[in-house]
Amino acid sequence: MTLELLEGHPVHRLASRYYDRDLRIQPVRHDPLYASTLLRSPTHPPLAVGETIADLSGPVFGHLKPGPLDNDLIGNFASGGLALGERIIIHGTVQDQNGRPVPETLIEIWQANAGGRYRHVRDGYLAPLDPNFSGCGRCLTDRDGRYTFKTIRPGPYPFKNGGCAWRPSHIHFSVFGATFTQRLVTQAYFEGDPLIPLCPIANTIKDPRALRTLVATLDMSAAIEFDALAYRFDIVLRGRHATFFENRTEGV
Amino acid sequence: MLPETPAQTAGPYVHIGTFPYAAGLTIGWNARLHELVRDKEPGEHIEINGMIYDGGNAPVTDAMIELWQADTNGGFHRSSFPGWGRAVSDFTTGEWTFRTVRPGPVLRRDGSVMAPHIMLAIFARGVNGHLSTLMYFPDDPDANSRDPILSALEPARRVTLVAKRQPNAEIHSYRFDIFLQGDSETVFFNI
Repeated sequence: MTLELLEGHPVHRLASRYYDRDLRIQPVRHDPLYASTLLRSPTHPPLAVGETIADLSGPVFGHLKPGPLDNDLIGNFASGGLALGERIIIHGTVQDQNGRPVPETLIEIWQANAGGRYRHVRDGYLAPLDPNFSGCGRCLTDRDGRYTFKTIRPGPYPFKNGGCAWRPSHIHFSVFGATFTQRLVTQAYFEGDPLIPLCPIANTIKDPRALRTLVATLDMSAAIEFDALAYRFDIVLRGRHATFFENRTEGV
Repeated sequence: MLPETPAQTAGPYVHIGTFPYAAGLTIGWNARLHELVRDKEPGEHIEINGMIYDGGNAPVTDAMIELWQADTNGGFHRSSFPGWGRAVSDFTTGEWTFRTVRPGPVLRRDGSVMAPHIMLAIFARGVNGHLSTLMYFPDDPDANSRDPILSALEPARRVTLVAKRQPNAEIHSYRFDIFLQGDSETVFFNI
């Protein structure tokens, strides 16, 4: 326990088992370049309070047993035809900051179709829906923390931000980790996309090295001959302090 | 030590991947992710609802909210109770709802006791990295006054984390409105 000042009061803070989130590599919350943040970003900085119920445990999905097509976005919404667009594999590993694989954790993805249109009741973009594509997928990492999805490379699309703003091709990723402290929702971009440096949302991350970690790289070693190109996107979740590895009091 | 992968906003179409029913899809998760309890679940069944307001006092109508909590005895994964759920702000009104059990107090490693509370995480357009907050109960003033997190806050900030009882003949019902900015800005944590 350490004595710290929290909003002016001395408090005994019980340290989190996890490394504190390094806010320098995270996106800024309030960014005039991304208009939606202006009224949605809290003005107080987030309070670090040490151990919470998020440290102790988190939802588990080992029982979920995703269906055989849950990670195949070309197949999981097919209704008599194939999804249009550039067929790709996106795959990688989920590990923590100590380099330990995160097995059996749920990954969910969502994305636009090849024309940049989402299958969502609220998306009214000009590009048409693809009758064979939902843009929704999920899988559990294997025991080595690996995951793979088969999908279509999503198209770029414009969004309301004042002026001519376009999203680069991107896939949304949601990852759980072993405890809620590791929870991450992010986006994967594609190597070589000229829209990345122009995108107000991507550039809410001000550290160029941190932004580069969100760019999936072309991986010909995983491409499938006469079928699909492959991209690699590795994910790192928060790691635990080494002093807690020997501590067996998981949960309470 | 490897750098953590940075977050990005979940965007306005977060429902496709996380609550497909709300997006109009019939694949993946079912429509009842916000209901953590069935009839026979042990413990006191409760309902929580609320709205999220932006800095202009407009309801946020495109958010996805995750809930994480202990079971009725203050434990995790000791029964079939999942402790986790998801809700969606109504696309017109912004109202969201959970049905769950009142959690028990939770012990920390140092023996201190956290008052019964529920963690909520907000994912939405314009929210770059989810916002985490903790909801406490208005009918536990003694436990709340000893809670190591709640008691460390200024009283004016502390009240933003305490839900309000609301009349409901069928179930104990609580209201927890969340304010992203302004005089009553909710306390968010770096969790």
